[in-house]
Amino acid sequence: MQRITMREAISQALWEEMERDPDVFIMGEEVGVWGGSYAVTRGFYDHFGSERVRDTPISEATIVGAAIGAALTGLRPVAELMTINFAFSAFEHIVNQAAKLHYMFAGQMVLPMVIRTVSGGGRQLAATHSQTPDVIFAHFPGLKVVAPGTPEDAKGLLKTSIRSNDPILFIESATLYQMRGEVPEGEILTPIGKSRVQRQGKDVTIVTYSKMLEISLKAADQLAQEGIEVEIVDLRTLRPLDMEPVIASFKKTNRAVIVEEGWRSYGVGAEVASRIYEEAFDYLDAPVQRVAQKEVPLPYNRTLEQLALPQVEDVIRAVKEVV
Amino acid sequence: MAQVVNMPKLGFDMAEGTLVRWVINEGENVAKGAILAEIETDKATVEVESAYSGVLYRQLVTQGTVVPINDPIAVIAEPGETVDLEALIPKVAEAEKPAVEGPPAPEVVERKAPAQPMPAPVTEVAPAIAAPVLASPLARSMASDLGIDLRLVQGTGPGGRITKKDIESYHAKPPAAVAAKAPSVVAAPAFVRQTRNVPLPRLRAAIGRRMAESMQQAPHFYVTHDYNVGALVERRKEINALLSEDDKLSLNDFVVRAAALALLEFPNLNASLDLKNNSLIYHGEINIGVAVAVENGLLTVVSRNTDQKTVHQISSELKVMVARAREGKVRSEDIEGSTFTVSNMGMYDVDQFTAIINPPEAAILAVGSAMQVPVVADGEVRIGTRMKATLSVDHRISDGAEGARFLQALAKYIEEPLRLLI
Repeated sequence: MQRITMREAISQALWEEMERDPDVFIMGEEVGVWGGSYAVTRGFYDHFGSERVRDTPISEATIVGAAIGAALTGLRPVAELMTINFAFSAFEHIVNQAAKLHYMFAGQMVLPMVIRTVSGGGRQLAATHSQTPDVIFAHFPGLKVVAPGTPEDAKGLLKTSIRSNDPILFIESATLYQMRGEVPEGEILTPIGKSRVQRQGKDVTIVTYSKMLEISLKAADQLAQEGIEVEIVDLRTLRPLDMEPVIASFKKTNRAVIVEEGWRSYGVGAEVASRIYEEAFDYLDAPVQRVAQKEVPLPYNRTLEQLALPQVEDVIRAVKEVV
Repeated sequence: MAQVVNMPKLGFDMAEGTLVRWVINEGENVAKGAILAEIETDKATVEVESAYSGVLYRQLVTQGTVVPINDPIAVIAEPGETVDLEALIPKVAEAEKPAVEGPPAPEVVERKAPAQPMPAPVTEVAPAIAAPVLASPLARSMASDLGIDLRLVQGTGPGGRITKKDIESYHAKPPAAVAAKAPSVVAAPAFVRQTRNVPLPRLRAAIGRRMAESMQQAPHFYVTHDYNVGALVERRKEINALLSEDDKLSLNDFVVRAAALALLEFPNLNASLDLKNNSLIYHGEINIGVAVAVENGLLTVVSRNTDQKTVHQISSELKVMVARAREGKVRSEDIEGSTFTVSNMGMYDVDQFTAIINPPEAAILAVGSAMQVPVVADGEVRIGTRMKATLSVDHRISDGAEGARFLQALAKYIEEPLRLLI
């Protein structure tokens, strides 16, 4: 078992898959000579060369459009968008082309492509560069949306994503790259579309993913000192959404808090809460609580930014509402 | 001008009440005197009338909430009026203030003010219905699986919601002792009726508390008198022949007036002990309480200033209050303020009985049935009509001789009933 950062885990996944399969290649802004905006692809250019580690113009539509074309011809592109905020410039290509071509052409072709991107706030990048619009992309059938919260899952899920024949939006969290975690040595392939219980408990089920997993785990530690045992289910994939471990946990605890970094309205919390009502109504012992970002464009000011983002205290308060 | 409605004090020992049901919804018109809500006290479920006309601007508590007396429960405003709740009721506004997030304050005002004056007619008095049981879906399914009647479970969740925990603790209570095994020599019974352990209804518990308190604290003594009610029975018959069916007078109506008139001469028996000040309160009014059997117990409805009313007046007022009491819709003024109580079990063929004083009163009169009995008069046995009444008196306030003299004074009215009709 190695103890590595999220950045290293993602880097390892890319490296191993490129070594394994010559059809896999990387493209994006500054991924080559510079080594990536988050230094994920440092050293790749020298090792794999400019054919397979391609710097692109500053045009997200071009990046995604070119990746779609490459995928249709049988390559396995891993396209990087510097942040998910820039994915809006490529929205048409992502949701209307990548997500639909397989269906529009009656399954005659597949799109084995991964769009890696970075979501989340907390780094004082102001309102336009700090968003967590993950659910917008998860809304579209035809696109898989993966968002790991641990180094192990980041590595395992990225490797599986690269091998998948479906278009995948792989969302990393801006503030998790330094996070360390245990990652098994050697090949790990984590199935897409499987939620996972990250902490066992009996009193309340927290449903969360990505950065908010870290926040929820901290809240659970503090709550444990007060005798409240929280079970945490990490969704890991927003589409397809695997509710089975959530429902199983909820049937045990009868109380749920959903924690997400994005805005509350129409969010992950709304979706998961609805599924709980639909699938486990008779197990409901308290109204489901949601913890989410305040409904404002994220402020630049550090204090205000932190106030707007969900914090450990918010999670603790929500849990205490339902126990 | 907006008005705050507070939890009324419906009894001298009432500290809080449960708001069982809102009769008028937010945004609906309210007429002065209309029933606003139903409130459950230890004694009864009571309808609260609105003292103001206007629009029910805001219900400040949800159904099922236990509210201390004099705490605000609602705000009534002029149609279209925008109320500054914070200024009106600082405490509530503070509690309602949104936390870090939540809707901005103005939205609250917009939401509550009806978009346009509702065409609603003045709300009619709605029929009484049992308040719905508040329970989580899980609690409901558990109760159904376990065969538990949710109405018997005490909810401890928000707003009194029954949750899993409540069902578990209710279920965990050791079931009432199962019928003892029959010894082997005795044949087993054909069937065994289940022994049940059910929670005490609130009214039953309140009666128990008050009666135990009365018996423990007030040293009772009892005096019984045998009344010749031949003339009273005859007069009543004559009078009732003149009255319509639902207007007829009962013997008790006469006894109630007789007691009120007799009390004029015995202020000690129309008094209450003020233990705090070591003094005696002589009540200015003579208000006769009449015990009424209701489901799960009894209530005392109160005839006010009984000494100043005709038997007919007394009778018709009591009829209305008794009917309300039996329907569980008694009003606070129906049951408060008695200074002396009459308990009549004449309709149950009772020779005589003793009653427990209704604190803080000084005495209670227990009236038996009017019966035809052999009586000796002028050295002969004849058929007479007699009725026994037993006075229970608090010995801290009065003594046996006074009790006996009161019963004699009562005889003056009961045995010469024309005095009651003057």
